[in-house]
Amino acid sequence: MASSTILARPAQAAAGSPAVECRDVTVRFISERRAVTALDSVSLTVEEGSFLTLLGPSGCGKSTLLRVIADIVKPSSGSVQVQGKTPAAARRDREIGFVFQDAALLRWRSVLDNVLLPLEVGGRRELRPGSMGPEALLALVGLAGWEKALPHELSGGMRQRVSIARALLGGPRVLLMDEPFGALDEITRDRLNEELLRMWRETGTTIVFVTHSIYEAAFLGQQVLMLTARPGRVREIVAISLPEPRRLALRETPGFVAQAAHLRAVLESC
Amino acid sequence: MAVELPMARAAPPRAAASEEALAAAWTATERRKRWRRVLLPVAGGAALLLVWWALVAILHVRPFIAPSPLVVAITFYQKFDMLMANLGPTALEALSGFVVGNVAAIVIATVFVHRKHIEQAFFPIAVLLHSIPVVATAPILVLLLGNGLAPKVSIAAIICFFPTLVNMVRGLESVGAQPMELMHVLSATQREVFFKLRVPTSLPFLFSALRIAASTATVGAIVGEWIGSQVGIGALIIQATYNFDSALLYATVLCGSFFSVAFFQVIRLIERLVVRWDVEAAG
Repeated sequence: MASSTILARPAQAAAGSPAVECRDVTVRFISERRAVTALDSVSLTVEEGSFLTLLGPSGCGKSTLLRVIADIVKPSSGSVQVQGKTPAAARRDREIGFVFQDAALLRWRSVLDNVLLPLEVGGRRELRPGSMGPEALLALVGLAGWEKALPHELSGGMRQRVSIARALLGGPRVLLMDEPFGALDEITRDRLNEELLRMWRETGTTIVFVTHSIYEAAFLGQQVLMLTARPGRVREIVAISLPEPRRLALRETPGFVAQAAHLRAVLESC
Repeated sequence: MAVELPMARAAPPRAAASEEALAAAWTATERRKRWRRVLLPVAGGAALLLVWWALVAILHVRPFIAPSPLVVAITFYQKFDMLMANLGPTALEALSGFVVGNVAAIVIATVFVHRKHIEQAFFPIAVLLHSIPVVATAPILVLLLGNGLAPKVSIAAIICFFPTLVNMVRGLESVGAQPMELMHVLSATQREVFFKLRVPTSLPFLFSALRIAASTATVGAIVGEWIGSQVGIGALIIQATYNFDSALLYATVLCGSFFSVAFFQVIRLIERLVVRWDVEAAG
């Protein structure tokens, strides 16, 4: 059975209830005369403030799992709790931020207006007290001064920075990221990986990050959850222990190389 | 910070002075290119006029068969007031038909997108009706609606309606899966999804239909005037043809074309002001 508990990072251990809890989540799709089991009784617990990466081959259901947590996909069976609520309630309370693979910016809106979208829809017009405003978020993602630019004037990496700022507006407790850097060049991706860890430390948000890159999964995650393909089942949860704060140069150290090699071995045994 | 910001181009390994010279040379080339873009079409048009003139003169074409361009120009100048008096009703019919046809198409497209079963019931009929040539329906509309403005406006409206309906439905439905999921995660209402996502996404589609509609609405109004009308560009075309007044005929056609081109350009201008984000459309 694929029921495993993910440990919190030590500093947040006393924080209380888990940020995300999935129990025996199964998702079946009907397509072209056959039923596909995308997820098969997946259970996992993500502690508040932790960083979990979901790693697996394409088609293993990692994105589906993320969408179940975000209330985009309804599970066929099983239960999900986000910040102690149902996913739908968590979504309405803006506990969830979602970063899409292709940034999903609205082309007709400036950078600032894209970041402000969460305050214009869904009946929410004001920021939660204490959460970061749009200017502070643009500074956090390194785009201060680009407020008036239109999406087509930005590079792929900058667009993804805008979409991270948008997802963080309103101070969600859980940030779900679906292969956000998958379409970027390696140099940009490395830089954004390092910066994402900095943003995570600065905001204290719980992050669940989907990737198919072993190095990205090991570099970012405190834990890596590996899924097998068709049906998607939890293969193994690997705790990554590396000296914090993690820097890019860490990836050349024997410790990191060994962790990545272990992940590869587990993936190949799937 | 962000290394992927658009940085300055790599500095050329030249002295600043020669860089200035390069910049000047570049500006000069650009200016020449721009002039060429304006002058060459003008020269091409002038050459065609000259060929027309030469053919009429050399082959001794009789004036009621085809006039020389000079005669057309003179007629256009002398009968300018009369031409404008006839353009007025045609322009009014074309503009009214444009507004009526496009507003109806946009409203129905909105209903289609929100009520799938209505779309499935009526969209195939709309496509079927679209394949009927409007020129063929013109007499029916004149019989139904009499000889006033109504049949002409209707014909212009019907011509505009179908391309806009098809494009608008396609535009409203061309919203990507991820922006829709984004709106869902933000708990947006249907109304918010429509106005903040679907409508802006559809605007480039709408404008490409409106550009076509600007020309076809004029065609619709003129065709409507062919059948028993006393005023308008269409009526004048029929009269000039029956009177073998080829100079007036050509001048009238020219007048209608000017209006049609101007209408098209106004829509294009509005498109450029509204759809600023669409790089392909702006380019």
